Amino acid sequence: MNELLKLLKQNALESPENMAKILGISVDEVKQKIAEYEKEGVIRAYQAVVNEEKLDTSLVTTVIEVKVTPESEGGFDRIATRISKFPEVESVFLMSGTFDLLLFIKGRTMYEAAGFVSEKLATMPGVTSTATHFMMKTYKQNGILMQTRDDNERLKVSP
Amino acid sequence: MNDSKSLRDRIVRTVRDIPRSGIRDFFDIVSSREDVISLGIGEPDFVTPWHIRDAAVRALDRGATSYTSNMGLLSLRRGITKYVEKKTGIGYRPEDEVLITVGVSQGLDLAVRALVEPGDEVLYHEPSYVSYNPLIQFAYGKPVAIQTKKENGFRLTRKELEAHVTPKTKVLLLNYPNNPTGAALEKKDVKAIAAFAVEHDLIVLTDEIYDELTYDRRHYSIISEPGMKERTVYLHGFSKAWAMTGWRMGFTCAPPELTEAMMKIHQYTMLCAPILSQEASVEALRNGDSDIAFMREEYKKRRNFIHASFEEMGIPCIYPDGAFYAFVDISQFGMSSKEFALRLLDEQNVACVPGSAFGPCGEGFIRCSYATALDDIKEAMVRIARFVEKL
Repeated sequence: MNELLKLLKQNALESPENMAKILGISVDEVKQKIAEYEKEGVIRAYQAVVNEEKLDTSLVTTVIEVKVTPESEGGFDRIATRISKFPEVESVFLMSGTFDLLLFIKGRTMYEAAGFVSEKLATMPGVTSTATHFMMKTYKQNGILMQTRDDNERLKVSP
Repeated sequence: MNDSKSLRDRIVRTVRDIPRSGIRDFFDIVSSREDVISLGIGEPDFVTPWHIRDAAVRALDRGATSYTSNMGLLSLRRGITKYVEKKTGIGYRPEDEVLITVGVSQGLDLAVRALVEPGDEVLYHEPSYVSYNPLIQFAYGKPVAIQTKKENGFRLTRKELEAHVTPKTKVLLLNYPNNPTGAALEKKDVKAIAAFAVEHDLIVLTDEIYDELTYDRRHYSIISEPGMKERTVYLHGFSKAWAMTGWRMGFTCAPPELTEAMMKIHQYTMLCAPILSQEASVEALRNGDSDIAFMREEYKKRRNFIHASFEEMGIPCIYPDGAFYAFVDISQFGMSSKEFALRLLDEQNVACVPGSAFGPCGEGFIRCSYATALDDIKEAMVRIARFVEKL
């Protein structure tokens, strides 16, 4: 991957001045490249990785495996796009293997998620079956360890 | 023991007279403080990659708790010869030309003790790693330091070598990429040094522990020069490239006669390197290439950042080609490197190592390690800028 994108993926708040120093290019060049990535849709958004377990309002994450009947035109695309439009759906992936779509749903309670499955998802034409899993604990997300601190046992000065 | 000699007087004079490492002194001061950002650390800030740690855990689980052969596990020596040949084009026999040591430090000690007789002169270049000079003295050799210069990018020149060689010179000790300067040699420098060694019939000890950490060009080892394998002890280890400092794993590659001599000392003083570290190293060689590539890329970014930051402050900093150190010229501030480092620590809580710890020609410089998280380096640069502004 492009080095600038790697830096942004590590820390989207990194200043253009620092990135210029790290990559050995000019500040203007950094800004221009970022603008291009945004325009081309390479960079879709900048988000924080939040440890929701630390929040009182923590949400329930539900993972749903969905089997669907592909349509003669467009295959899985049309139904996947329709499912993606629900605001409670956080991620949608087309998978190989025993099911077709993998969904990540955020809800306040398990009942809310269950309601989404039974009322909105399972009733959708083309959906043949669903399997619902509740996520219990997040250990690592987007490459970030969520439970442990990266303590370093190094000495402060060494040869 | 009232009337007898004091304990201090009974200690071997060489040991008594050698001061302890300047880094050690500084460490004691830094350890007593809180919230220090340390650029004083000569080891990777990465933890050993998980698959390597896991290999040691599995070996332990299997019951690998015994001695190994004095030379080290044959599987590891085989892996090493493949690794060295791939890098340098030079093949060694795993059976009698490779010795597994407890870090490069021990390998170097073995090599010096196997080669140096009392009074033999050993040429080495300063600023240098703190153990070279004492090691030579412990073997009753005479250390002859060549003061490399900033103007030459701290690269050793043939002219400097010629000025220091005598009929008593037996060994030339090299360390490039260099700790503490970050200097690396170009192929033409290596050729000139090799020609010098052949002409004066010297044995070369080359500590290439940082060779994987060169950023802008490929490292060229002196053993790749024709005629050098026969007179060289190649020293390397797992500490830096695989982030395995605490495992204490090094190795030597050398002609059979030299390997046999080093093995004898090793056999009677160390027996063998720890088996778990050896097992982990087998895995490092087998599946560790991508780890090195990843860490090299990270260090390179930090190198760029730290160099650009010092330049921006108007403080000259040798462009580091290798290792993970920036050797920064602070002579414009009119104080000794120790004073600079102490005041920086005192006023801004940033630790770096005074250049004078690495030999007299390191005076006027500080060593800043960039084997530290980028966020810490950024904060350290802000603090250093604040510090020098007030000077």
